[in-house]
Amino acid sequence: MTQASRRSVLAAGAALGIAPLSRARAQANTIRIGVLNDGSGMYRDISGPTAAACVRQAVADFGPRGFAVEVLYADHQNRPDVGSNIARQWIDTQGVDAILDVTTSSVALAVNDICREKNKVHINSTAATSDLTGARCTPNTVHWTYDTWMLARSTGGAMVRAGGDSWFFITADYAFGHALERDTGNFVRQAGGRVLGQVRTPFPGTTDFSSFLVQAQASRAKVIGLANAGTDTTNCIKQAAEFGITRRGVKLASLLMFINDVHSLGLQTAQGLVCTETFYWDLNEGTRRFTDRVRSAMSPNMPAMTHAGCYAGVLHYLKAVQDMGVAAAKASGADAVARMKGMPTEDDCFGRGSIRADGRKIHPSYLFEVKTPAESRGPWDYYKLLQTTPTEEAFRPVAEGGCPLVRS
Amino acid sequence: MLEFLESITGVPTPLLFGQLLLGLINGAFYAMLSLGLAVIFGLLNIINFTHGAQFMMGAFVAWMLLNWLGLGYWWALLLAPLIVGATGVIIERTMISRLYKLDHLYGLLLTFGIGLMIEGVFRNEFGSSGLPYRIPAELQGAWDLGFMFMPIYRGWVVLFALICCLATWLVIEKTRLGAYLRAATENAALVQAFGVNVPRMITLTYGAGVALAALAGVLAAPIYSVNPQMGTNLIIVVFAVVVIGGMGSILGSVLTGFGLGIIEGLTKVYWPEASATVIFVIMAIVLLTRPAGLFGRA
Repeated sequence: MTQASRRSVLAAGAALGIAPLSRARAQANTIRIGVLNDGSGMYRDISGPTAAACVRQAVADFGPRGFAVEVLYADHQNRPDVGSNIARQWIDTQGVDAILDVTTSSVALAVNDICREKNKVHINSTAATSDLTGARCTPNTVHWTYDTWMLARSTGGAMVRAGGDSWFFITADYAFGHALERDTGNFVRQAGGRVLGQVRTPFPGTTDFSSFLVQAQASRAKVIGLANAGTDTTNCIKQAAEFGITRRGVKLASLLMFINDVHSLGLQTAQGLVCTETFYWDLNEGTRRFTDRVRSAMSPNMPAMTHAGCYAGVLHYLKAVQDMGVAAAKASGADAVARMKGMPTEDDCFGRGSIRADGRKIHPSYLFEVKTPAESRGPWDYYKLLQTTPTEEAFRPVAEGGCPLVRS
Repeated sequence: MLEFLESITGVPTPLLFGQLLLGLINGAFYAMLSLGLAVIFGLLNIINFTHGAQFMMGAFVAWMLLNWLGLGYWWALLLAPLIVGATGVIIERTMISRLYKLDHLYGLLLTFGIGLMIEGVFRNEFGSSGLPYRIPAELQGAWDLGFMFMPIYRGWVVLFALICCLATWLVIEKTRLGAYLRAATENAALVQAFGVNVPRMITLTYGAGVALAALAGVLAAPIYSVNPQMGTNLIIVVFAVVVIGGMGSILGSVLTGFGLGIIEGLTKVYWPEASATVIFVIMAIVLLTRPAGLFGRA
């Protein structure tokens, strides 16, 4: 062995010894964000890889501020067991500090408990159940975009005011559907209306809703409340039109409908339906600016409110991390969330806002009506604004949620 | 009589009739899909797990024909099965044909993998929310049957599915081509010795089974959301239908398809939460008591 090669062997050995140290230092200065949602099923378009693209956009917009940010992505297939496994693996072996998005309420509630147990951050955008900031709230959770209470108040309230005082629910048989049915039913009853019945449909895997629609019609309710989402909702709307249910004066309340669902139905079928969102790409200067930035990364999809929530949630989290220091943020998820609650939020998608003690991010909600084909000026020009519910009234009052954090 | 029915079931009779009819309509889809599966399994011994993806492709090709070429529903009914059937022929020639000598399991894994890939490609291209497809103008509207509104289109689906099932059964059981096919299943070498091109016949049979799936996809496009996972939701149920009917039995899969559609429809009234499970419960019972299925030969 020559002198030179012996030296290079020594150098290599030294480098190997140092490498773990420098990697450890790099790890300590890196925030890892795991985006966990439905990457292959019916909720893919409202979460999926588009949510990850929005999170990356938030990281890019935040810019280099002295610490690195890594974004991981995984598909939980809408199954709580799969979602829990990924969350545990991320936290235990890959040093993930915050879990984002988490579509599907049943998975979200499971991940919620894990993030509390491991003291990490859970910023939820796409799950709807209001229990995340109610009975199941944790100091580690921020629920960003919307929830079942807010949907029930806006869409449900509007339907009742328009004379829809008797309801029948078609409910997806899992945590989300149950929460949406419960919250909307409460509003209907408070307003003096009646709930005549409900039918719980298996989730996922129901394609034909005609049987349930006929049952709903037989109840003689004035409003059929769709306590479901995604292709369940679009199938219901499509088949209700086919069975002439809406032509005979029964109103459909699409309690949770996204712009992607409207796109899927086509304006011919969807026109006249009302729905509630907290973000619409063409709402104002900020939303259009945001959409321009992310559109190329998500084609042919369009950002839904849930994607906007992922963007805004991460942006705010990174601001909090910078404010408190990476080490402190990594050490305690609860502290990071507390810091997020202590800072006002501001972003292109939702404007100015704040996060309440129970973890609820608050901002206005918008009641939209789907345009007719004649009113629409082009692709994705689907909504006209009917009504804005101001920030203070849009979400469930903090005292009514039963969140233990608030009581203490 | 009607009062009696109502008193024992606790469900108003008109509603019950309506549900029976809706069950029959869903049964038509199960029958169409399980028919293609039964043909392929009966004659090729391949468990075609790509079937759901091919059903979905049928619906998407109908959408593409309309939006890219301006060809409507009736053209789609003719062209979509041909186009998707042709892709089936390519898949059989290039891949599946290499597995006939191996265990069933390899065919199952291969077709399952192909199905996942096709779905993935469509998901990347078109997203998961689905695409709009309208009922053709000629079949819009509904008949008032007294006990329920029956959309004309659903009536058409039942009628068309029945014709397809009958035609397929006639071809396989009553024609010379069908006789060759059945003979080739029993003893391919002997049939080949008589000068029949067995490999080509098998390829075309696979293509025909796939075309049946695509045809069901076109029928489904106006009433179900046209999305990449539409086949996945149905295919597992359809496999249960085939197993209950007896693997490879054409008549069995058709009758079971319609029958299970009705049973599922009734479950949706009495115990909606169990409507996705009831078919599998029946499958378990049938397999325990008659392992070859209701119409299968042991």
